[in-house]
Amino acid sequence: MEQLIFKPKSRWREFFGEKLISVNAFVALIAILLIFVFIFKEAIPIFVDDYVKEDASLDKMVFKQQYYEGREAKWSWQPNSEVPKFSLWPLFIGTLKASLVAMLFAIPLGVGAAIYCSEFASRRIREIIKPAIEMLAAIPSVVLGFFALMVLATALQNTLGLTFRLNAINAGIALGLAVIPIVFTVAEDAMTSVPHSLRDAATALGANRWQVSLTTVLPAAIPGISAGVVLGFGRAVGETMIVLMASGNAAIVSASFLDSVRTFSATIAAELAEVVFGDTHYHVLFMIGSLLFVFTFLINLSGDIVLTRLKERLQGKAT
Amino acid sequence: MKTIELQPNTNSLEVVGHLKFGRKRRGFIPRGVTFLAVLIILLMLAVIIGNIVIGGTPTISWEFLTHPPEQGMEAGGVFPAIFGTVALVILMVIAVIPIGVFTAIYLQEYTSPKSRITRLIRIAINNLAGVPSIVFGLFGLGFFIAFVGGGLDSLFYPEEGPVWGQPAIIWASLTLALLTLPVVIISTEEALRTIPRELREASYALGGTKLQTIWRIIIPQATPGILTGSILAVSRGAGEVAPIMFTGAAYYLPYLPTKLNDQFMELGYHIYVMATQSPDIEATKPLLYGTVLVLLLLTFSLNSVAILIRSRMRRSRVSAQ
Amino acid sequence: MSALSNTNSMKALSVTTAVSDELQPDIKFKMIVENLNFSYGSVQALFDISMKIRRNRVTALIGPSGCGKSTFLRVLNRMNETIPGTSMEGTVLLDGRNIYEDFDDPSAIRTRVGMVFQKSNPFPKSIFDNVAYGLRVNGIKNKQLIIQVVEQSLRRAALWEEVEDKLDNSAFMLSGGQQQRLCIARALAIRPEVILMDEPASALDPISTAKIEDLIGELRKHYTIVIVTHNMQQAARVSDHTGFFYEGRLIEYGPTKQIFTRPAKKKTEDYVTGRFG
Repeated sequence: MEQLIFKPKSRWREFFGEKLISVNAFVALIAILLIFVFIFKEAIPIFVDDYVKEDASLDKMVFKQQYYEGREAKWSWQPNSEVPKFSLWPLFIGTLKASLVAMLFAIPLGVGAAIYCSEFASRRIREIIKPAIEMLAAIPSVVLGFFALMVLATALQNTLGLTFRLNAINAGIALGLAVIPIVFTVAEDAMTSVPHSLRDAATALGANRWQVSLTTVLPAAIPGISAGVVLGFGRAVGETMIVLMASGNAAIVSASFLDSVRTFSATIAAELAEVVFGDTHYHVLFMIGSLLFVFTFLINLSGDIVLTRLKERLQGKAT
Repeated sequence: MKTIELQPNTNSLEVVGHLKFGRKRRGFIPRGVTFLAVLIILLMLAVIIGNIVIGGTPTISWEFLTHPPEQGMEAGGVFPAIFGTVALVILMVIAVIPIGVFTAIYLQEYTSPKSRITRLIRIAINNLAGVPSIVFGLFGLGFFIAFVGGGLDSLFYPEEGPVWGQPAIIWASLTLALLTLPVVIISTEEALRTIPRELREASYALGGTKLQTIWRIIIPQATPGILTGSILAVSRGAGEVAPIMFTGAAYYLPYLPTKLNDQFMELGYHIYVMATQSPDIEATKPLLYGTVLVLLLLTFSLNSVAILIRSRMRRSRVSAQ
Repeated sequence: MSALSNTNSMKALSVTTAVSDELQPDIKFKMIVENLNFSYGSVQALFDISMKIRRNRVTALIGPSGCGKSTFLRVLNRMNETIPGTSMEGTVLLDGRNIYEDFDDPSAIRTRVGMVFQKSNPFPKSIFDNVAYGLRVNGIKNKQLIIQVVEQSLRRAALWEEVEDKLDNSAFMLSGGQQQRLCIARALAIRPEVILMDEPASALDPISTAKIEDLIGELRKHYTIVIVTHNMQQAARVSDHTGFFYEGRLIEYGPTKQIFTRPAKKKTEDYVTGRFG
């Protein structure tokens, strides 16, 4: 037999290969940090720049202002008016109204469907529901916005006899369609990861299927279901295209859900293109972006922690 | 209340029978109610898709797909938007696949899941997936265009107007790449987890190094997962509008993007513009529906392919075991 | 504490033997293990094991499951290093050279000490590419040579006749027994000096098992073989020497015949006569 001469392995290749791989792994981490830095950087002038503070100091954004002599003080968002008004209240209320409707719409449907899917559905029905939900999740938000704008708004107006076609209800329902898949997926996952031993224990004590669900599965999965709801809320608050197209975008302070609303995200989308780089308005929009970022960051972090703990606890019980 | 009732009667056969009956009925209502939730979701999905398919089908023609918009978007087609979308996601995929795949490999092959750095990266990935898309848009503007692009301009083109420091397809695609990074990572990781330990060991036992094992055994084995992740990323990227509004998408362009610093038209943005800025919505409606249908078909077909590959991958894993 | 200092002094002793061995590789013994301790994290799996493995012989390792015999096997080609969180002390010599200290690259050891696993684990590649894999990762580019070695290895593994005309088929098309012989061929292709087999026939039917055992009988002419087995008849049939492991210790080690007929230790006798295990 002829000799086989093996080449010694290149240590350099191994070294650089590992470095290349690990460098890439830090992109996600760096991206999050960069997003943080570059969004906040542009929001900082609101706190330090006197020129910016003149129109958009913190108290001007939060408290009622008397913009014109002799008129009532009020909250108002009119950045392009002769007297620029940067009150965040109308946007906050708009965001809250739209996401509240979305959650009221999405929680019963998403959690209900998740319970049905995990507790009652036969395998075949599950194989219809799950791809259907994936399909719903795959619909681009601009398409949902389009649908709400063209079809849903008209339908709602005709059936309810509304004054405004585009309002918080309309935007909220469309937003709910985007939230349902999140609530469903997280809740269903939490319920199916409840170990069989738990179910069996309850069944052996004579509980029927629904009692098992109600007394053992649901309580065990509650943290997961609430995490799904919280993550869904994060999505509702951050979602842009749907509210931009379906809400009417009027920045008004009112308690009625039938009024048109303007949300934080839609405000950025609608106004950033027209804004002057470095202007007060520009910084305020980045500040709104910072608020959205911090808010969703906290929501995702807490959802993440809850879900990891839940998984650990349930799987710890299983083994 | 009911437990109080239960106690004195447990010995009576009659009452036990009665109780059983009650139990069954109690299970029926939640079953019905939750099924209603499923029905409503399915119904809404059907209405949305049905409405778009019915509204859009008459518009779709060869001409619609291959011609640019005319008469202020009231006639003509959507070819530049299709072209722009495809170019955008191709650039995005080129950026996101290596980063996503290498990240997944690092997490699965090089570090233990309990190490601090792995946890930190995982938190970053999960949060990246949850950052609102409009914030990505702001970031693209602030970082890619103003910081990177503006930096390049002041270094290499100090005399001219903005070359890189302006909205462009490269910045839009990089922004989308960050947005879709978690999709690729998670999908690749799932594929890596299914590769049995024995295969890695066989490679090591034959004198393969870690890098050789990754390159020759692990990546080929994970290809379906990588493919699934990429397709899902493309589908997601093709549908996002908020991140590209300020980073490169344009209302209307008389030319197709040919350079990395060109602006571009895009299907989703085209829909938004036509739906909200059109002076005569009734006149644009057929074209609008047609465009929505094209976008929906694009994302749905990409998703179906991804789901198909994924389910095949899962099945082959079961049969291998 | 005293146990620790004890092993240290033993280790110092073994270093001197290692040096003298390097000058003159032992003719009788291919591998020499001295004072080996091994732990998974805080759980110690092997306790102070010393064992000399004879050249061109088949050495069987027997013992109840969890006794550490597979762990010991993996120490012999540094496969233990692929599991994070393990620690080891002691010396392992291959022809007088310490495989943990005299080689920087564990993969260089593994080309000299090959391994066949319990569950056949062919790569999801063609039959040819499976056998050629070890050559390629070790830098052999000559196509003619690869073709030649693949054929030789398959012949040696008694698989050539069965796969001769379907080398391009996926390895998964083969039966379980054929897959295991393919894995043996794959291990042979890099021309190892020692072959470690971790219960190579435990997942196979009796006919395939017989084939593997015949093959081991053939291979011992050219290779030093260490085989871990659950099956005592198999150990008796194929091996020249047998080591009995129990709870991480090497209880008894000697010629197979002696271990199975006149074991020196009570524990060994209990095990080989089937009183526990």
